[in-house]
Amino acid sequence: MHRKTFALVGLLVIAAMTLSACGATATDEPPAVDQPTDAPAVEEPTDVPVVEEFVCTDDLGCLDIAPDDPIHIGWMLPITGGASIYGESAIGTMEIAIEERGGQLLGHDILLTGEETGCGAEGGATAAQRIAADPTIVGVIGTTCSSAMTAAMSTISGAGLTIISPSNTSPALTDPGQTWEPGYFRTAHNDLFQGAMAAQFAYDELGARTAAAIHDGDPYTQGLAAAFTDNFAKLGGTVTSTEAVNKGDLDMRPVLTTIAVDSPDVLFFPVFQPEGDFIVAQSVEVPGLEDTILFAADGLLVSPFAPSAGEAALGMYLSGPNVTGSKQAALMDAYVAMHGALPPGPFGEHAYDGINILMDAMEAVAVVDADGTVHIGRQALRDAVEATSGFDGVTGVLDCGPKELQPGVEYRGDCATGEALAVFKVNAEWIASEDVFEVGVHPPFVWAP
Amino acid sequence: MTLDHLKSSLKPGFYAGIVALFISVIGMIETFSNRDIIHGVFSISHTFLVIIALITGYFSATRAQRAGIRQHGIDRRAEVVNAIAGSLIAGFVMGLFLAVLVVVANLINLRPVFVNVTPKLIDLLTFGRPSLAGSIVPLSMFTIVSGLGGALSLFRSDIRRLIVTSLLWFAFAGLISEVIRLSLSRLGVNVARKFVTTRGLTPLGAAVMLALIFAIVYASQRLRDRQRRQPDQSSPARKRAVRFRSWGLIFVLLLVLPWVVGRVPSDVLVLVGIYVLMGFGLNIVVGKAGLLDLGYVAFFAVGAYSTAILTSADQLPNIQLSFWAALPFVIGITGLAGLLIGAPVLRMRGDYLAIVTLGFGEIARFLALSDWFSPVLGGAQGVVKIPNVVIAGIELADPEELYYLIMFFCLITLFISWRLEGSRVGRAWVAMREDEQVAESMGINTIYYKMLAFAMGAMIASLGGAVFAVKLNTVFPFSFSVNVSITVLSLIIIGGIGSIPGVLVGAFALVGLPELLREFDEYRLLLYGVAIIYMMIVRPEGLLPSVRRGRELHEDEMAQDAWGKPAEVIPVPANPELSG
Amino acid sequence: MATITRRIFLKRFSWTGLLLWALRIGVLVIVLWGSISTLASGRYSASTWLALLIAGLAQGSIYALIALGYSLVYGILLMINFAHGEVFMAGIFTSVFLAEALEESGFLARHPFLTIGALLLLSMAVSTTVALLLERIAYRPLRNAPRLVPLITAIGASFFLQYAFRGFFGSGFKVYPEFGRMMGQWNIFGANIQVVQVAVFLAALVMMAGLYWFVERTKTGKSMRAVSEDKEIAALMGIDVNRVIVITFAIGGMLAGAAGVLRGVYQPQGISFFMGFVPGLKAFTAAVLGGIGNIPGAMLGGLFLGVFEGIGPNLILQGLGIPAANQLKDVIAIVMLVIVLIFRPQGLLGERLAEEKA
Repeated sequence: MHRKTFALVGLLVIAAMTLSACGATATDEPPAVDQPTDAPAVEEPTDVPVVEEFVCTDDLGCLDIAPDDPIHIGWMLPITGGASIYGESAIGTMEIAIEERGGQLLGHDILLTGEETGCGAEGGATAAQRIAADPTIVGVIGTTCSSAMTAAMSTISGAGLTIISPSNTSPALTDPGQTWEPGYFRTAHNDLFQGAMAAQFAYDELGARTAAAIHDGDPYTQGLAAAFTDNFAKLGGTVTSTEAVNKGDLDMRPVLTTIAVDSPDVLFFPVFQPEGDFIVAQSVEVPGLEDTILFAADGLLVSPFAPSAGEAALGMYLSGPNVTGSKQAALMDAYVAMHGALPPGPFGEHAYDGINILMDAMEAVAVVDADGTVHIGRQALRDAVEATSGFDGVTGVLDCGPKELQPGVEYRGDCATGEALAVFKVNAEWIASEDVFEVGVHPPFVWAP
Repeated sequence: MTLDHLKSSLKPGFYAGIVALFISVIGMIETFSNRDIIHGVFSISHTFLVIIALITGYFSATRAQRAGIRQHGIDRRAEVVNAIAGSLIAGFVMGLFLAVLVVVANLINLRPVFVNVTPKLIDLLTFGRPSLAGSIVPLSMFTIVSGLGGALSLFRSDIRRLIVTSLLWFAFAGLISEVIRLSLSRLGVNVARKFVTTRGLTPLGAAVMLALIFAIVYASQRLRDRQRRQPDQSSPARKRAVRFRSWGLIFVLLLVLPWVVGRVPSDVLVLVGIYVLMGFGLNIVVGKAGLLDLGYVAFFAVGAYSTAILTSADQLPNIQLSFWAALPFVIGITGLAGLLIGAPVLRMRGDYLAIVTLGFGEIARFLALSDWFSPVLGGAQGVVKIPNVVIAGIELADPEELYYLIMFFCLITLFISWRLEGSRVGRAWVAMREDEQVAESMGINTIYYKMLAFAMGAMIASLGGAVFAVKLNTVFPFSFSVNVSITVLSLIIIGGIGSIPGVLVGAFALVGLPELLREFDEYRLLLYGVAIIYMMIVRPEGLLPSVRRGRELHEDEMAQDAWGKPAEVIPVPANPELSG
Repeated sequence: MATITRRIFLKRFSWTGLLLWALRIGVLVIVLWGSISTLASGRYSASTWLALLIAGLAQGSIYALIALGYSLVYGILLMINFAHGEVFMAGIFTSVFLAEALEESGFLARHPFLTIGALLLLSMAVSTTVALLLERIAYRPLRNAPRLVPLITAIGASFFLQYAFRGFFGSGFKVYPEFGRMMGQWNIFGANIQVVQVAVFLAALVMMAGLYWFVERTKTGKSMRAVSEDKEIAALMGIDVNRVIVITFAIGGMLAGAAGVLRGVYQPQGISFFMGFVPGLKAFTAAVLGGIGNIPGAMLGGLFLGVFEGIGPNLILQGLGIPAANQLKDVIAIVMLVIVLIFRPQGLLGERLAEEKA
């Protein structure tokens, strides 16, 4: 027994020494451990300092942030799985936005934490419950996928929170007759904009009079394809067919054959990789599509697309957000400086604008006490975000007020005006870019409304 | 004295090395590095590696001890040396794998192929010294930790159990620190902040937590020991009263649970409840009737979609029922779907049936997604605006309230499952599972009972689907992938097929735990896969086996077929329960 | 025994029999009605059908090669190796990195055939290794377990492999070099026929013939057949059953690896960790369709499925006026599997024996 104890103590000593030698992660424990459970700290009521003149008159109540507490902003984004590129990009740019303010807002540190949503309804609902359960969160940035937001909407809105999405595009989300609930905003463009723009480009610029569309069953691609065909028909064109494929399909010849019978002038397929790659690559083999112009959307506006689809992609068009200019360049430089590489996916710029709108609104409505305590009215924050207009962001001039995007329907919460959308054309240089890790190789921009 | 016996330690070290290397290369280590057990001190990824090393150390120590005894006889002193030396060797071997990874990653850029061998991973493995020389760190680190594990084997067994159990519970508390934070937040943000941060427990929180856990574990062990020493001698009536009281206590606890734990755990409980329901349902189909249904999600989908369509205002505007009015239709429609799917497939052999039902599960999703049915089912855009359930004028909107709905359904199904166990129907299922042809010749109408099992399983799944629909207030086709079927199947397998408590344990382990650790999502199915393979090979009866199944599976070295027909012709042993 | 059971079914449950008859007639009516109305509308020319047929044959040959792996293992162990689709994925997913490297170095442009050879070697080696590891770790301990136990294990293995490879190589989509584009196309009767389609078809045919010869003519093949007849008797006859089983898995793995390269050559895009699951299911369907355990049957089943998938949506569903018919391609495949299993469980070429034995 004695020997055993000795051996054990010896090992423990060695382990302790190694652990302490292992530096950064293993050492500096704060000395606070020496005074466990000091009773007064527990019994102290949380909002003692607010005995002064501030009285909350907000309909939804107020958030009180004590002098030493951080201002807590939450995110609901995918950070694992296939959609994680969007989440990572958004978090990366938000960190830049916070750093640009010196990590502080109204004299408080900014704390940015979040919840994983994945890209589906379940993830959105779960993340929303967690965000809603955290009483310290002032505002939220999220979600990436529209289905996640659909499931999260009532929880987030019911909790009195304000949320700004960097990449939801589903029209239903900002339609008060459908899913929209107060507190929801987005900096991404409504699909109605992109559908209309793509239809206009096809009809006016390409001179197309017949068009076909393919979607892949994703809510996003289905919605965009529907918006395109609706608008194309409205402009006077004929929609020859609306077809669909499944994610995981390899052989697109049957569906292309169906479409080729009518030899439409334009084939619009706002799908993702790899189905989009297959459609493009196999389209050259199907007789009847020789003169059909291929037209896809931002699902394929990603750097690996053109090298993957190959020669067949040459000359095809892609619609998507056109976020360029000096501000975007500066943001990307800052991103590289902070994270060592360009963002892995799109919509980071939208998240950057979103968090800036949110923080501006907080500054606008906050009431600061003499001791530094900040009070933010929940309804006031929503109103302030909605009142944002002429916000000169990276993604263009944003205006969060109500908009009548379709006759008789007033959409709420759409900050983007659709002006930052454009059409691109795939060129040989992009196809030849072999290194798929290299992000930022973009096709030349050809047209904007 | 030769050191031959220490060779036995190489094997555990080798396996542990492979596991550690594997979880590093596939990115698990890096994924979990953003969460700490103790804020800024010890991350979850390090916990994983340390636990692997400790287990390795413990096993190699016992192996070395045993090998030593075999070769050199009993010698207390040599035993200690063997244990320590053996565990150190195993730890060294394990560390070697990671050290080699660090060296290789330093020399070549592995990222173009192995995307998860990032600089951050190397940084984590070397505790912040990602250079070539840093490879020493994992080597020495895991040698020592494994040595600690070996030292653990030298303690008296009750002390060892105390330490190990406490540390495991503590690690668990660290894992769910976010939930602890959110629950504590209800006492006040400042209170929560003292004990838990958004990353993990604070050192203070960790100390309190460890002390608390230690005390509870110690107390419960003492209690159990005392009970074992003095068996309960009270009268049967008294015993019954005690049992009655404890059941009452459990029931009251279940009733107040959501208000104690708060919003987020309640949300998880609701989800666990949905899977418990489906577990009960699939248990009838797979566990009792022996039909391996891999498309169980189809019934879940039918339940969710029919609830959605009947209650939402957007689809079929003429029909808008309340949840309770819709429920009988939902159950009926799904039962009918069960019969419709069942009728053509039930004559098939077990393995064909599995694949075909898998196909039906996919068909359900494809049809929900299709443009063909989108006027009714919503297609890719799903069905939205499903109203909340209203009971007696109270709207069940929050998870705390929804909990009672799922609880209610779970209790009903629990009761049904329990009553079925010994009933005529239940016994017919057992007979059918054991040997279909014998059952048939005994006068059991197998097709009827198979249909019954299928339809009952379907109806129970439809309850899960209905709650799922009102929980999310929307239904999308993507929620009904094959992964749901696999999850339900995994949970009943891991809990123990045919076992009612097994379903509960399985649902908590496979659905609840990953919900608490959302980053885990990426590796969920990977770990399910490992768990299934492991359980099937090592413990096919599950963690909490049903008494009968455990007996069946161990009868005759598992040669007696338990669920499905025998692979080869084997004499069927007489089963006493058939006649009962 | 089975026939007796069936007769009892039909007698006692006339409604089940009725339902099956109704199903039979319903399917026939739907297929005929759809096809006739499509053909009558004259939307598609004969050359279109020809092009779809050839494309379907090429797709089907890839299914067929994977199907052989299912069929062989089933023939010998009577188990469905559910993870076989992942064996296929492992080979091609690994070889894509070699392809990238060879393309970058310019080796591919100089020696395209050598490149394909190297890719075949690597892909087959990886697939075989995975298949053997599966057999050793997951299936061998369960050799005598109840029938559904190895199936469940295989499902676990399938998911494990998918997500392990996702962890190794990431979730992005990789691309094979465009061999197909290099080969060009022929114009036959107004239809565009890709040379690569013919090449894939021929390659699969050659491999199939080789396998058939191996099983029918060599000594190892003979012992494989003996083991599939009766393991115990085979063992008594001095056949090393373990060795035969290992060889069977190895052959299945090699064919899956080769199928991977063919898939890469024919459809270079979209190579990812998930690419094995759906083709695996399709290949299983093909194996059952042709008669599981039967080598020419697997080939026939694969080709039939490929063609049916390619032509079915346009031919049958469109005639019924179903919108976006191609979305339901997989539904057609699954429904076909169900129908075959109901009405001819032994498959197109299967012997009754396969069912009796089970």
